[in-house]
Amino acid sequence: MDVTGITPLLALLAPILGAAGVVLLRHHPPARELCGVLAGIVQLGLVASLVPAVRDGGTVSFTLSTFLPQASIELRADALGVVLAGTAAMLWVLTTLYAMGYFGTAPEPVLTRFHACLCLTMAATIGVAFSANLITLFLFYEVLTVITYPLVTHTGTPEAIKGGRRYLAYQLGAAIAFLLPAIVLTYITADTFDFVPGGIFGPDASGTLLVIVYVLYLLGIAKAALMPVHSWLPAAMVAPVPVSALLHAVAVVNVGVFCVMRVVLDVYGVERTGELGLGVLTLVLTSVTILVASLYALRLDNLKGILAYSTIGQLSYMMLGMALLSPGGRTGAVLHLVGHSFAKITLFFAVGSIYLATHRTLASELRGLGRQLPWTMAAFAIGAISIIGLPPTVGFVAKYFLFVGAVEAGQWAVLVVLAVSTLLSAGYYLRILRSALFDAPVTVPAGGSGGTAALPRVPTITERGALVLVPTLLTATATLVLGVAPGWLLDLIRVSIG
Amino acid sequence: MNEITAAEQVGFPILSTLVFLPVVMIVALGFIRNDRALRRTALAGAIAVLGVSVILAVQFQRGTTDFQFGEQLPWVESMGLSYHLAVDGVSVLFVPLTALLVVVVMLSSWTSVQHQPKAYLMAVLAFETAAIGVFTAVDLILFFVFWELMLIPTYVLIKVWGKGSQRGRAALRYVLAMLLGSAALLVGFVLLGVSYRSAPGSGGALSFDLLVLMETPVPVGTQTAVFFLLGFAFALKAPMFPFHGWMPAALLEGPIGMAVFLAGLKMGVFGFLRFVLPLVPDAFAAWSWLVAVLGVVAVLYGALIALVQPDLRRLLAFASVSHVGLAMLGLSSLNAQGLQGALFLIMNLGLVSTGLLLAAGFVHQRIGSTDLAALGGLAQRTPALATFTLVVCLGAIALPGTSGFAGEFLILLGAFGTHTWLATIAVTTVILSAAYMLVFFERAFHGRIRSKIVEAAADLRPREMLAAGILGVTIVALGFFPAAMLGYSSASVDELVGRLGPAITVAAED
Repeated sequence: MDVTGITPLLALLAPILGAAGVVLLRHHPPARELCGVLAGIVQLGLVASLVPAVRDGGTVSFTLSTFLPQASIELRADALGVVLAGTAAMLWVLTTLYAMGYFGTAPEPVLTRFHACLCLTMAATIGVAFSANLITLFLFYEVLTVITYPLVTHTGTPEAIKGGRRYLAYQLGAAIAFLLPAIVLTYITADTFDFVPGGIFGPDASGTLLVIVYVLYLLGIAKAALMPVHSWLPAAMVAPVPVSALLHAVAVVNVGVFCVMRVVLDVYGVERTGELGLGVLTLVLTSVTILVASLYALRLDNLKGILAYSTIGQLSYMMLGMALLSPGGRTGAVLHLVGHSFAKITLFFAVGSIYLATHRTLASELRGLGRQLPWTMAAFAIGAISIIGLPPTVGFVAKYFLFVGAVEAGQWAVLVVLAVSTLLSAGYYLRILRSALFDAPVTVPAGGSGGTAALPRVPTITERGALVLVPTLLTATATLVLGVAPGWLLDLIRVSIG
Repeated sequence: MNEITAAEQVGFPILSTLVFLPVVMIVALGFIRNDRALRRTALAGAIAVLGVSVILAVQFQRGTTDFQFGEQLPWVESMGLSYHLAVDGVSVLFVPLTALLVVVVMLSSWTSVQHQPKAYLMAVLAFETAAIGVFTAVDLILFFVFWELMLIPTYVLIKVWGKGSQRGRAALRYVLAMLLGSAALLVGFVLLGVSYRSAPGSGGALSFDLLVLMETPVPVGTQTAVFFLLGFAFALKAPMFPFHGWMPAALLEGPIGMAVFLAGLKMGVFGFLRFVLPLVPDAFAAWSWLVAVLGVVAVLYGALIALVQPDLRRLLAFASVSHVGLAMLGLSSLNAQGLQGALFLIMNLGLVSTGLLLAAGFVHQRIGSTDLAALGGLAQRTPALATFTLVVCLGAIALPGTSGFAGEFLILLGAFGTHTWLATIAVTTVILSAAYMLVFFERAFHGRIRSKIVEAAADLRPREMLAAGILGVTIVALGFFPAAMLGYSSASVDELVGRLGPAITVAAED
């Protein structure tokens, strides 16, 4: 049932008020941080309260402002939007807690800015998730770009500024050069900006034009990091770990893939996408991205670099699933959006904990760390297994649906791509795990203050604090729980893909 | 056209009040000797005008094409002239915008103008009278009088209070350019009046009243002549490529206050909307391709030059040329989206130019320069000033979520429908404008601190914070609620498009 309601707006306002609270409480940490946590919990509650309304295919909408008879800023929560918003809200709370542990809670202005921007990032994400039309989507999409820029450049070092500039240039450039014209051309062809399940183009719309516009969408939505508009993502790795976690798992890339899904489902419609051969086109592009990104990750040693290229590949998995157009493929795509978020954030949290405890950033330096940081490495293992796609994790369930989807669609080549890329990602993740669990620990030359200077020793390394460890373990657990009991989520996802 | 009189709406001649209140203030200033009292009185006057203009905006009836707050007195009846003021949806918001800019200019000159403050304030108030006159006059000749009147304070302001060594030349160049345009404007207006006399139903009388002329179609031949005459005058004023030469000189050499007016009040574009489109719609439609091409060339040219400017004011001058080009592209698309977009864009330029110059003023006060070479790393010392500047920059880029977005989006929407390829080219400007604005911001505010002055710079004080906050919030609010502004003009714009509607078919048949 489609109803009008204020809940989507409240879910948007909660993080905005949270940001205001963060600024007001800037001299009073940790109340400042807890204000963000509170806003996140409120937001999560609001999003959860939307589930009953959207579970049967209904929507809850709220019009914020109208600026042309055809164009308004309108929020509309549907199942797909709730899936994205719910995932983001849940992980936001955990990221904020993790950031408290990672950065500490000193009353520094930089941290106030960080937490305020974190809140506003969530507002923009919710805005995208609940966009009822292309204008609203574009608006919040761009706001998200701007508000995450200070996060990327958080440390303020010349490298951070440089990475941030690349991030901004790619995001703004692609959005304006490709996405904006795509939206305008869509309007001129379809005479509407609204998302409608099954598509908005009339039967007499020119096929050539629709193909061009589709390509513009794929290039314009740079947040989905489809090659060749992916290189902002490794560049943005200059950001500290909590920010990377947010970019990779909570907000930015999820928003990118979500936009592509909206375009396929609610602008073109599954049928039209298939008729125009756009599904196959997307399959080719995503397959190339998956394989190239996996090969790249394989030869890297920097942990965050590996995760960055891994993310690029996994995002293309989601788009590939959507482009299969079969029910299984689409289900796998949305489930992978959720599952990847939990698994990837676990990996980032773990990498951050490792950095805090050891200041190590290279995969080759993790030797023997399994004994020194057992909890962290256990979480890392669960995340990695999920990304590879092995049971009993959510990654396996998603991949299962992707395989089913490929068979349903009769795309045998895709099966090969999925198989090869699984092997490749197993290659780079299992290498790290094996070395961490079974190799001898890294040693350092003994301290010089007299004694037996010749013998190297194993440095003492311990887990750092509950605030970093607990969120890591929670997301790891969620990765497992969703892998064992995905039923309730799948019900929602089936509604979301129409 | 119908008209609602001021007597019916507010019970007093509100437009005349707005036009002549600054004149009263000028006289009052003449009696004050104390420097401090002088500034306070002038500011009080400017705020009073702003207050009255807000009443105007609030009392304005939306959703009708009628001209409102009309007041008419006979002037030279034998020539069909009258003192006739009125506003409609197209013009009404320009009045509060002008009043706002005057307040900002006065605040920004509080400490920076020490040379002959009395004369300076008088010139600013004289400019305000002329500018509000331009936006409210609906008699063509009366409009012309106000239009010319604007020249004197502008010339004096640039010549006397300019900062550059070339200010005398810049001022002269400005005046010569404007006089050239004025000559064309006057000939065009007279042609319109004479053409009305020979139209059936005029009874052989002259009329220069916009409301009367709008009722009477102009012959196609006359339309073309008038289009080029008026078009030339307004293109010079806008300034529209290739008539923009005076603008960078005037902005760089003149005082910051004058730059706010020149960059913030796009009277040339207003002239097109007020006179060219309604009075000679067929000629405008027939030549709209020319307007579109010049618009797009300006868009690209302005943005490319702005990219390499080391000074904020020169950057703003070329950015302004670029934006005017975009507005002209919107007008040339001949549909409601394009026209609404152009109108919204130039209103936004008023806000954004003011914001940027305000920011430049704040920077100048602290560092003593707005040259990028002297800045760098400012954000570390002045986070609030940096945030404000960033919001304004984003507004200038027309990023969604700021007041710039709706205007630019509507223009692209309108232009894609009419001039698809030109619109495609124009999209690139948005990227370029993002580039020059953000590069500028980064060089000024980020990076290493290079000088002791920057090291010691203090952040915004409460009073400055208030001004910056109001402007910043307005820019963001209009990004999410553009309807607040578009609601004023939609009816009038629809009426304008209706006039252009039959014209399009005529042009197509040719």
